[in-house]
Amino acid sequence: MAHEEVKLFGMWSSPFVRIVEVALKIKGVQYEYIEEDLQNKSSLLLKYNPVYKKVPVLLHNGKPIAESLVIVEYIDETWKDNPILPQDSFERAQARFWAKLIDDKCMPSLWRVFRSKDNEQEKATEEALENLKILENELTDKRFFGGETIGLVDIAAKITVYWVQVAQEVAGVGIISSQNFPVLFKWIDDLLSCNVLKETMPPKDKLAAFFRTHSKASK
Amino acid sequence: MAKTDVKVLGAWPSPFVMRPRIALNLKSVEYEFLEETFGSKSPLLLQSNPVYKKIPVLIHQDKPICESLIIVQYVDEVWASGPSLLPSDPYDQALARFWAAYIDDKQWFPSVRGIALPQGEEGKAELMVQVFEGLALLEDAFDKCSQGKAFFGGDKIGYVDIALGSFLGWLKATEKMNNVKLLDETKNPNLVGWAERFCSHDAVREVMPETDKLVEFAKMLRARFKAPAS
Repeated sequence: MAHEEVKLFGMWSSPFVRIVEVALKIKGVQYEYIEEDLQNKSSLLLKYNPVYKKVPVLLHNGKPIAESLVIVEYIDETWKDNPILPQDSFERAQARFWAKLIDDKCMPSLWRVFRSKDNEQEKATEEALENLKILENELTDKRFFGGETIGLVDIAAKITVYWVQVAQEVAGVGIISSQNFPVLFKWIDDLLSCNVLKETMPPKDKLAAFFRTHSKASK
Repeated sequence: MAKTDVKVLGAWPSPFVMRPRIALNLKSVEYEFLEETFGSKSPLLLQSNPVYKKIPVLIHQDKPICESLIIVQYVDEVWASGPSLLPSDPYDQALARFWAAYIDDKQWFPSVRGIALPQGEEGKAELMVQVFEGLALLEDAFDKCSQGKAFFGGDKIGYVDIALGSFLGWLKATEKMNNVKLLDETKNPNLVGWAERFCSHDAVREVMPETDKLVEFAKMLRARFKAPAS
């Protein structure tokens, strides 16, 4: 295959960047990883993602793509080995639905829990638990959400749960435990047995330290 | 394929419901439109979309698909022999997905809707700024996506056209109710031309609600959900 230039602009503590990285690794794509300092964004990042000015941004042969789910679909379309989305149209629609739920509902509601206090936190926790329950109910004892191999929903869900595990410890708020979300909890153990996920996740203590610093910095 | 194989659960004022209907029209797929009664949710809706309990829902061969843009992609893939809604080139596809997500996820439509709600002049002015900013970005995006042709999708209506165009009814209603011009020929010449073409297209005309009807509907909503005087 001709030399293809693939670059990923990211930030080590971003779960969205990790989702894209896992997708690239599953496909066996060679890429250059560029770490961004979000307090001091590079001119390249601002050039490639003028609308949101955020990571992740994928650059493929000089053309930029932003928004993690858009990037993952692009990766799946461009590199055909090891499909991340199902082939069947109905199952694809399901995968997109659940990935969107995780992205639109679960992640934001979880962040609200960790960033709020007292009454607000109580409300936010209720909402987050509701959202996670929806996800838990959909999961089964199957190893992967959609089939025999890891797919988009697996990646998004497992990375989310990993992040929550660290964040909840730092915040002192229990969200996911083996009691209240046995399936999700089991999934996280399973994540660590999946090499490509394991090697892409930042170490828990490093992430915890990052959350601690950030919770002090914010109001 | 029998007509009853494909059903759309929806309501006439909803821009999100318009999307799968336009997609099915473009593909010349016959479908049954099941109108939800305003203020209540049918058992079929609750059963088909237990997570969000929202319209639209596409029911195809008894299987439900939810979320308007996910439905549009599904329609595009299943009825592949019809004109394609997403570009075939992966990069152009990614751009289309990006802009559709921007339209839905960013402040844009909520800002438009927000202008219609009762509030102070300052709040309204702020929302207008957001809407204008969004329109400026979309004016630019039109250039990039259309490459000189009639629609975001090129010669024919595509994914981004459907995503944005479905809001035109409410955009016009908001302009009328507030005596403001949001889509302006001087600021958004591309979009103004595009809007006219989109609204007059066969696949769109029959499902695009009339502005006056939407205004009436909005007034009814406002009266129903009137905030208590503070």
